[in-house]
Amino acid sequence: MTEFNAYTKEVLKRFTNPKNFGEIKNPDGVGQVGNPVCGDVMKIYLKVDKKPEKIKNIKFQTFGCVSAIASSDALCELAKGKTIEEAKKITNQAIIDKLEGLPSIKIHCSVLGASGLKKAIEDYEFKIGKISKKSIKDDDK
Amino acid sequence: MFNKKSIYLDNAATTSVDKEVVNAMIPYFSEKFGNASSQHLIGQEAKRALEESRDIIAKSIGAKREEIIFTGSGTESNNFVLKGLFFANKNNNKNHIITTKIEHDCILNTCKWLETQGAKVTFLNVDSEGFVNPEDVRKAITPETLIVSVIHGNNEIGTIQDLKEIGKICREKGVYFHTDACQSYTKTYIDVDKQNLDFVTLNAHKIHGPKGVGVLFIRKDIKLIPLLHGGGHESGLRSSTENIPGIVGFAKAVKIAKDSNIKYMERLRDKLIESILKIQNTQLNGPKGEKRLCNNINVCFNNIEGEAIGGFLDSYGISSSTGSACSSHSLQPSHVLKAIGRTHVQINSSLRLSISKLNTKEEIDYVLEILNKIVDKLRKMSPIK
Repeated sequence: MTEFNAYTKEVLKRFTNPKNFGEIKNPDGVGQVGNPVCGDVMKIYLKVDKKPEKIKNIKFQTFGCVSAIASSDALCELAKGKTIEEAKKITNQAIIDKLEGLPSIKIHCSVLGASGLKKAIEDYEFKIGKISKKSIKDDDK
Repeated sequence: MFNKKSIYLDNAATTSVDKEVVNAMIPYFSEKFGNASSQHLIGQEAKRALEESRDIIAKSIGAKREEIIFTGSGTESNNFVLKGLFFANKNNNKNHIITTKIEHDCILNTCKWLETQGAKVTFLNVDSEGFVNPEDVRKAITPETLIVSVIHGNNEIGTIQDLKEIGKICREKGVYFHTDACQSYTKTYIDVDKQNLDFVTLNAHKIHGPKGVGVLFIRKDIKLIPLLHGGGHESGLRSSTENIPGIVGFAKAVKIAKDSNIKYMERLRDKLIESILKIQNTQLNGPKGEKRLCNNINVCFNNIEGEAIGGFLDSYGISSSTGSACSSHSLQPSHVLKAIGRTHVQINSSLRLSISKLNTKEEIDYVLEILNKIVDKLRKMSPIK
């Protein structure tokens, strides 16, 4: 929890000036999580280099609050340049740490970020035939 | 040019205390600090200030001085009227309360608690602009109905209810009528006789007065059980040494409120509403025109979150709100917007701006310029098109 449950400077910096928002044309993987009824929707786009298998580019589109947008931006920065196996290990705590903290009632935004990336990676692995079934439900678009 | 300046557009949450109000209060802290219950000169000086203040507030709503009880807040007044009346009538087979789905939390949660004490509560629906149909009130009244409580000016969407019509029905049916007028006081007409009101809740901090002072108007001879028992202050209805500086400040705020301020705020409000509605895919929440509080603007910016717009505005020094300030604790979608039929997505996309007499036309122009930029940027960021 942050002091007085307020936003950190890092959250505000990323929220007002996110570097990684936008769409990737012909992405290698896409993951959309959340739904507008609950509040936030996050869509993560991946471009993956094949050899070595690394996340070459990652972008987000987010319908959400200050924390959701900042979490999306932090996630993209954490994942960019990582191998797929490294990216799979990115947790919501890593996002919180990158943001130097989140108010306690906004922790779910970082959780959304981490699951958005997992879903995008799964979509990528499904497309290249590495897995035959997606474990994460696709019904919450 | 305003980057370092702050533009405060959250006056429905609270207002800045007017300098004239502060100056009126100051002598009552260290100089005229007496306890109004004391018999000596210093005490009587405080007593006089208390009664003069009571008189000013009474006159402003067409009430008698002895019908005004000072409390610690609007929330306290609302708790007091419902609980105090319920417990005073416990043995009279009058356990039914009628209220609406768009009340402030302090009415809704008091009603929900009273249900645990044996009360039956009807929460009336409102129409798409937030109006209560007086005929619905009539239909809901039963022989057990004790009181009807309807918020006068809604804190989220600014709808001003037809108190006179609802009051007439209550009077006909022999049911008490209460209104929570915290948002509407000094912003629109209130007259306890013409509107058939038995109880009215008022507070100071929404009208450029201090925090921590409220009023409950109680029509003569209606019995309430007090929430606070003690030394018998406020005719035995609200024991506690009176907050004289706060009460003096409240009266001063009432005294300096002018009808010309209402007209001024209406002009700023309509400029904001008209200009915002020119932004694509936006909708006004609540009514237009004279049935809307002069200081309230509430708009749904589809496909982006109100909270994100508010966060962005804050980075430019502009204070706004999504729904009521209280709701930010709960993350629950606004019950008021839900009651007027907005979807969850629309509710999450709504933003409230509430102005005061202190806002300028230049500030409003600046806010509009920034708002246009922010909405554009956030819409580009959103996956929902």
